[in-house]
Amino acid sequence: MSRELFKFKGGIHPPGHKAESTGRPIHPAPLPKKLVIPLRQHIGNPARPIVDVGERVLKGQLIAAADGAISTAVHASSSGIVSAIGPARVPHISGLPDECITIETDGRDEWIAHGPLDYQAMTRADLLAHLRDMGLAGLGGAVFPSAVKLDPGAAQTCPTLIINGGECEPWITCDDMLMRTQADAILQGVAIMRHLLGSSEILIGIEDNKPEAIAAMQAATAKTDFAVETVSLPTRYPGGGAKQMIETLTGKQVPSGKLSTDIGIQVFNVGTAYALARAVHHGEPLISRLVTVTGHVLRAQNVEALIGTPFDTLIQLAGDRDGTTGVLMGGPMMGLPIPDTSVPVVKATNCILVESAELFPPPPKALPCIRCTRCADACPAELQPQELFRFAKSDDFGRAQEYHLFDCIECGCCSYVCPSHIPLVDFYRYAKSEIWARERDKRAADLARERHEFRLFRQEREKTEKAEKLAAKAQAKRAELAAAPTEAGNSGTSEADAKKALIAAALARAQAKKTETTPQNTDNLSPDTQQEIAEIETRRAKIRALARKPLESEETP
Amino acid sequence: MLTAILVMVGIAVVTGLVLGWSAIRFKVEGNPLAEKIDAILPQTQCGQCGFPGCRPYAEAIAKGEADINQCPPGGEEGVKKLADLLGVEPKSLDETHGTSKPKSVAFIDEQTCIGCTLCIQACPVDAIAGAAKQMHTIIAAECTGCELCLPPCPVDCISMVPIAEDLPHWKWKHPVIEIKPVELKRVA
Ligand code: SF4
Ligand code: SF4
Ligand code: SF4
Ligand code: SF4
Repeated sequence: MSRELFKFKGGIHPPGHKAESTGRPIHPAPLPKKLVIPLRQHIGNPARPIVDVGERVLKGQLIAAADGAISTAVHASSSGIVSAIGPARVPHISGLPDECITIETDGRDEWIAHGPLDYQAMTRADLLAHLRDMGLAGLGGAVFPSAVKLDPGAAQTCPTLIINGGECEPWITCDDMLMRTQADAILQGVAIMRHLLGSSEILIGIEDNKPEAIAAMQAATAKTDFAVETVSLPTRYPGGGAKQMIETLTGKQVPSGKLSTDIGIQVFNVGTAYALARAVHHGEPLISRLVTVTGHVLRAQNVEALIGTPFDTLIQLAGDRDGTTGVLMGGPMMGLPIPDTSVPVVKATNCILVESAELFPPPPKALPCIRCTRCADACPAELQPQELFRFAKSDDFGRAQEYHLFDCIECGCCSYVCPSHIPLVDFYRYAKSEIWARERDKRAADLARERHEFRLFRQEREKTEKAEKLAAKAQAKRAELAAAPTEAGNSGTSEADAKKALIAAALARAQAKKTETTPQNTDNLSPDTQQEIAEIETRRAKIRALARKPLESEETP
Repeated sequence: MLTAILVMVGIAVVTGLVLGWSAIRFKVEGNPLAEKIDAILPQTQCGQCGFPGCRPYAEAIAKGEADINQCPPGGEEGVKKLADLLGVEPKSLDETHGTSKPKSVAFIDEQTCIGCTLCIQACPVDAIAGAAKQMHTIIAAECTGCELCLPPCPVDCISMVPIAEDLPHWKWKHPVIEIKPVELKRVA
């Protein structure tokens, strides 16, 4: 390859541990009895359930629809009965539950009617809407809804399309295995991306520790009817990060706070391209993915797992061993510890890394920062990790943001090289989530201020309206009285007299009301009825006397 | 000497006039400092600071009539922000105005509510929906947790429920790292 490559700043060379899981062929995971499918598997709004408990669903059936602009759909991964819709454990470091649809599978794995799509005959908007309904999301880890990324927006085209096969994180090999086995399908997906984005330059970046994958992709690209180049990149973590890959391939840097599309580049993971091809050419929504199960297991391998399959099932398939100390979702650099292994595989689950004390010894105790700036040398985002650490630790979030905290990709290079073993990334994650929480609080406060001010305004308005109404009424009354012929002569027009007349009129009205309300049915009666009334009255008196008696006798025995 | 004095007086008069004119010409509506203080206050509108809402408290601080540590919902962090804004030393929260509590929202036991509308009249942000003799309910997304609806309720059917942590609101905790002190070996 003659292509000139560029070098991103920083980076590290951690041991790869790739061979552990590339020695075995991809194995399909067994169909579990129960599939737990979270509604929030992607960035953006969670999907909205459209099935009911007790309903039978087929494999590939839409069970929750995309909700809002940034969202994507969720499908049943196999046929069965919906047994629950509600909170269940999801793969998250907190162990907190989230909304999920649980399906009791029936073992028949019966597909819904599906078939290929003539995407070239469709308008861009229709095709994007269709992809959104197919549940596509980035499989590289960020799980951003693909339909949003495939929309070039106002620019109409995105000149450069990069397919990321970097897979720089140690231990993970699912993209490697996918490229080795499905190179043609990946390129079919790339063709659809090219169609949507109108890209003229297409580059596939693969780190040179994956020679088989590079060979497979090169063989496949030789057959395509559009220009696409497979580029072998030097292996250096985090070379598979989107911004790092862009810099290595094009020499361009994405400016702070900007998106890669602002400089005319869009990046997709190879897994996403494959899922796109399955969705368009086979009508299969995103219901399964490749997962690397590796680390402290007997048979490290890649498995094709249905979304919703429990981690436990996959770990058992790979052969669980004694001495397991924990499980990570993702790799050792950026992965997150999962406290409960009964949680399901989701669209973001690229790797299940089982830890043991030998493979992942607990980190040595942290020492104070000696300001050696080794972290700054290693940081691929060109940040000052030691300063970010200082600000995050003292809750000085404003300063942390001034030092571009949000450019941090949480790659962990800084923690890796830190001679004081400070868990730096944990501090950045803490600071980021605090800043988000504060922004949420700020929005809530703004809403409250607005509503409070509206309430004050409303109260004021009601007060003036009431006063005006009263004034208008009094005015009308006065005018009425003034207009009426005054018996007392023309002196009745004076203000005091008008008031007096008002009071007199009000009194008369009150009197009239009183007489109206007093019961008058006992007046003007015939002597017969009066006689009857008297009889009834005496009877009542007797009954009253009787009713009182037993009580008294009881009380005074 | 006299010319110098005259020149100085002249300059003073001219600048005085210019300043006076611009003060009228470029008069800022409202009080910009109170505005900035109000932006920091949490807008719970609970009145614990001793003022009928956040805005009046902000104005009182701006005029120097109230201290910066009287808002319990804002907590120590709010005091610190106010101190930063005003360029004064931060102090600890004045406990006589209450202590900062975990954020809660009001909840009406709808079986017990008699529909007297008293809570609606007390709510500073119109977060209660209901009508006379009808069951009332709290719009949780708009409730600031000010607790002002609690005392007027004649049947005590309103309670404060702390907001449970869910996944979208989950936060990373401040990492606890044990910093090991360097052991000093005593030379015998
Ligand atoms: S590498 Fe560690 S000790 Fe060195 S400056 Fe960075 S945080 Fe401090
Ligand atoms: S985790 Fe963040 S600060 Fe540390 S090296 Fe990576 S990008 Fe830089
Ligand atoms: S105490 Fe209550 S009313 Fe006063 S400023 Fe704080 S939130 Fe606003
Ligand atoms: S004050 Fe209590 S009883 Fe009256 S409407 Fe409100 S919740 Fe119901």
